[in-house]
Amino acid sequence: MNPLAVFDIFLLEALLSGVLLGGVLALLSLGLNLVFGVIDVVWICYAELIMLGMYGMYYLYTVYHAPIWVAAVACIVSVAILGVLLHVLVIAPLLGAAPINQLLATGGVLFFLQSAATVLFGIEFKNLGLRLPVLKVGGMFVSYSRLLAFATALIGMVLVYLWLTRTYTGTAIRAIAQDRQIMPLMGVDSRRIYLVTSALGGALAGLAACLLVLQYDVHPFVGLSFGPITFLICVLGSLGNFVGGFVAAFVFAEIISVGGLYLDLEWGYVFAFAFFIVMMFVRPEGLMARRS
Amino acid sequence: MSRALPWIGGAALVALPFVYRSPYPLHILVIILIWSFAYTSWSVMGRFGLVSLGHGGFMGIGAYVTALAWNYGHVSPWLGVPLALVAGMVLAAVVAYPCFRFRITGHYFALVTLALSGIVLQVITATRDYTGGSLGYTPERYHGGSSLWALQFSEKTTWYLIALAVWAGGLYVWYRVDRSMLRYALEAISEDEDAAAATGIHVTAEKLKITVLSAGMTALAGALYCQYQMFISPDTVSGISVSLQMVFAVVVGGIYVSLGPTIGAVITILLAEVLRISFGTRAVGWDNLVYGVLLVLFIVFLPKGIVGSLLDLRRRVGWSSS
Repeated sequence: MNPLAVFDIFLLEALLSGVLLGGVLALLSLGLNLVFGVIDVVWICYAELIMLGMYGMYYLYTVYHAPIWVAAVACIVSVAILGVLLHVLVIAPLLGAAPINQLLATGGVLFFLQSAATVLFGIEFKNLGLRLPVLKVGGMFVSYSRLLAFATALIGMVLVYLWLTRTYTGTAIRAIAQDRQIMPLMGVDSRRIYLVTSALGGALAGLAACLLVLQYDVHPFVGLSFGPITFLICVLGSLGNFVGGFVAAFVFAEIISVGGLYLDLEWGYVFAFAFFIVMMFVRPEGLMARRS
Repeated sequence: MSRALPWIGGAALVALPFVYRSPYPLHILVIILIWSFAYTSWSVMGRFGLVSLGHGGFMGIGAYVTALAWNYGHVSPWLGVPLALVAGMVLAAVVAYPCFRFRITGHYFALVTLALSGIVLQVITATRDYTGGSLGYTPERYHGGSSLWALQFSEKTTWYLIALAVWAGGLYVWYRVDRSMLRYALEAISEDEDAAAATGIHVTAEKLKITVLSAGMTALAGALYCQYQMFISPDTVSGISVSLQMVFAVVVGGIYVSLGPTIGAVITILLAEVLRISFGTRAVGWDNLVYGVLLVLFIVFLPKGIVGSLLDLRRRVGWSSS
């Protein structure tokens, strides 16, 4: 085989689609990362919140014919409320418990949300019935919905970054992520901060849902297809570290996209998972950097 | 009296299929026993704070290695099952050794093992030309129906006794671990790794032992499930949802007591069956709905599980056990 043949148009297209996928994955991991960094809890059911958001979009836009902007805003707000509920009902009573119990409790919420969706919405695949055009750039095909997701992800991340660094609440959130014992003594109401963080984490899940529903069909188990990869990205980029998560998202997306080009898409995931495990061994001290 | 109780209970369980032969309840019992064994295998390491979400992967390997060896190599399960056990144990050692060596614990260990069960699931799906992918896979029927060589039996009674023996073996392993130095070492490790190491415990080696043991048992459960059901699919024996299901049943039953995982299996499987029978296809999803709520309630209010909490209650009320 001609070694130059790897630099073909398909590889370029795969690389580009990896970049776009990376944007979506970065957005997915942003909310989870925020919640972890501030509250020190892993929402195993994070992808299921996104799944509910996708159903929300489907029902509002396709069934009740709401304008898409109204549907998107409603969806973001309601997933944010779900995030707050999750915190108040499940996480708050367990804040003092072993971390692994918190993980398992949100695992219970995962079961609950999945089956609630099965019971309420059925197991059929549903889609928005909205086909966005495909752009053709220099012989490569770029889906418009992916481009939109990528751009929104970037804007969302910049806004969250600005909010975290330029506002009082944002500063308090970053401070509490650094030292959760001392901040209450400095007059920060940690309960309020946790609620705000959960709402923001939920809102980011809602935003991700609005973008994912443009590209993928929604069904009750859709969360399992991108949930695990989201956790792995957060862990790989050091849980709670936004920049790390951002970089890790693109690395993962490129592995999946390029691996999927040469073999099946499943092999792309296999490589990504294997890469994750190896990285955990190679750079554990980097991953543990935020743990005291 | 309390010493004789397990023997009386065991004798009653062995005698059961000779008295009562109705196939459907026997089928449910076999399924309960196989899953009880799988859950017990998980709790062997889970009780020491080593929460693995990768056991779905070990179970999948147990099932698929046995079935593939039989279909492609015509290897009898008598050889295929040990092969599957070794495969599961080697995989566990390969992933767990660096984990323990580099002190990946708690959340991080759970997430690394989660990636492992993701890998196994995706590999089974990706090699669909050989494994049937997500459509599932069937070991070839031996032409005579029942055969000791092929480990295929048409009567439920035989399977019931096999599953019962394996389950009892699992409890025996649990009991042996409970009475061993390994237990004290691992309990010390789960409290504080540094302090445990300072007292002369080889932290990595002890954790590795229990993990490999647990993975081997789980692979056996997968092989047994495959031979009994004669149909396996990635969703029922492997992957992340199976891993979560194991953790869930054990937490509900009780993670620190020998019969906890068994009680967890009885409750979860009976709940699913009762819902399925009484509501039919309308029940799809309801069992997991109830599980999810129960799991959250248990972790918040009864972290020791049903059996553990009952034992605590008994201790508090002051009944003596003998």
